[in-house]
Amino acid sequence: MPTGLFLTSDPWINWGWLSSHVPLFEDALQQHLTLTAIAILGGLVLSLPLGVAAHRWGALRNPVLAVSEIFYTIPSIALFSLLIPYTGLTEVTAEIGLIGYTVLILVRNVMVGLEAVPPDVIDAANGMGYRPLARLMRIELPLALPAIIAGIRIATVTTIGLVTITALIGLGGLGQLILRGFIENFHTPLVVATVLSIALALVADLTLAGAQRLAVPWARNT
Amino acid sequence: MEFLGSIWRWFSDPTHWSGADGIPQRLVEHVQLSAESVAIGALIALPIGIALGHYGRFGDLAINISNVGRALPSFGILVIAFQVFGLGDFPIVLSLTALAIPPMLTNSYVALREVDPDVKDAARGMGYRELTQVLRVELPLAVPLLMAGVRTSAVQVVATATLAALISGGGFGRYIIDGLAQQDPIKGFAGALLVGLLAVATELSLARLERVLVPRGIRLLKAPAMQRTATFKTA
Repeated sequence: MPTGLFLTSDPWINWGWLSSHVPLFEDALQQHLTLTAIAILGGLVLSLPLGVAAHRWGALRNPVLAVSEIFYTIPSIALFSLLIPYTGLTEVTAEIGLIGYTVLILVRNVMVGLEAVPPDVIDAANGMGYRPLARLMRIELPLALPAIIAGIRIATVTTIGLVTITALIGLGGLGQLILRGFIENFHTPLVVATVLSIALALVADLTLAGAQRLAVPWARNT
Repeated sequence: MEFLGSIWRWFSDPTHWSGADGIPQRLVEHVQLSAESVAIGALIALPIGIALGHYGRFGDLAINISNVGRALPSFGILVIAFQVFGLGDFPIVLSLTALAIPPMLTNSYVALREVDPDVKDAARGMGYRELTQVLRVELPLAVPLLMAGVRTSAVQVVATATLAALISGGGFGRYIIDGLAQQDPIKGFAGALLVGLLAVATELSLARLERVLVPRGIRLLKAPAMQRTATFKTA
């Protein structure tokens, strides 16, 4: 380290170092994607039944919304710290938090999507002799799909950002490289990992937007 | 049980309630950093959002800024700001302000956009000038959504200010970051409780403020506004 702490000659991106450390970024990216994918899939598995239940039994609606509003305000790093005494510095700690926040985003969107199904459509389905479960699976959920996918997009982008914070509990994916750049006062991993994290979130968002167009062709104009 | 006992002992230890690392001092730091950032963010975001919503221009920009804001990793932004500007509150407030702007800008745009066009016509017909119309007719109608944006920003800034402890900021994050660094789970747990409580308190008190600011006529019209246009979580 030359003279001052911040007047270093360290460039923002040291291309030579970067080109010899590509595997480092690949591993980080892979961990980042794995943590995100588990969070989104776990979140979906939990929030679909929960959202459907909250839609079906109106009494659950407001309690579910109120609890999720409050839980959602808890900072992730605080939640991780509350879990560490019980689950340690592990993936379990990270995923409880990440899945939890995903569920809160998705449950709301599942409910909003189901509520937006026009009553006439439900009437027509009933008139055609659909039983409740078949009506849910074949009529209501497909019509709620745009709202649900919109929720998945928000949850994915949010989770990709939150994963970086799990660096503080020993994981982090790209966040690990941000932390490393910070500790070693070395700009390259810090800047590249931050840019990659933003790029990953935007690419994931666009990919899901494309998937939405394919899955819900009737909603293309909205 | 024993663990919860040590948490209780941590909180009942008088040395944790005084001095530079005491809870009152950390609370003041946390609230001050957050309040400054939200206030500066509001001064930038609200006029832009209100103007764009009033004229109905650049809607895509106003909406998409929330998406981009959500993609920013707060942790990376804080560390980069620290590397550029060094120690002190400036890089912290700068990053927190950047994270506070998107929800407020998007919400204020949508809030003004959603004002019933018939109401605007009526205001114009009654001879309101443009500025008066915005201030006296459109803004009061937009308050619920607009305040939802401020609330979202404030809660997120309080949450992200916790990470500021990493770059030597003060606030309750100090306990969490120090707890992690010193492998002191009790301190970390105590800090997490304090931050969680502060975030929830911010949410509830701003929800209350929102209810006070909403004109009575609209309050009677709508259910208590706990709606927001978009969820937003950066930390």
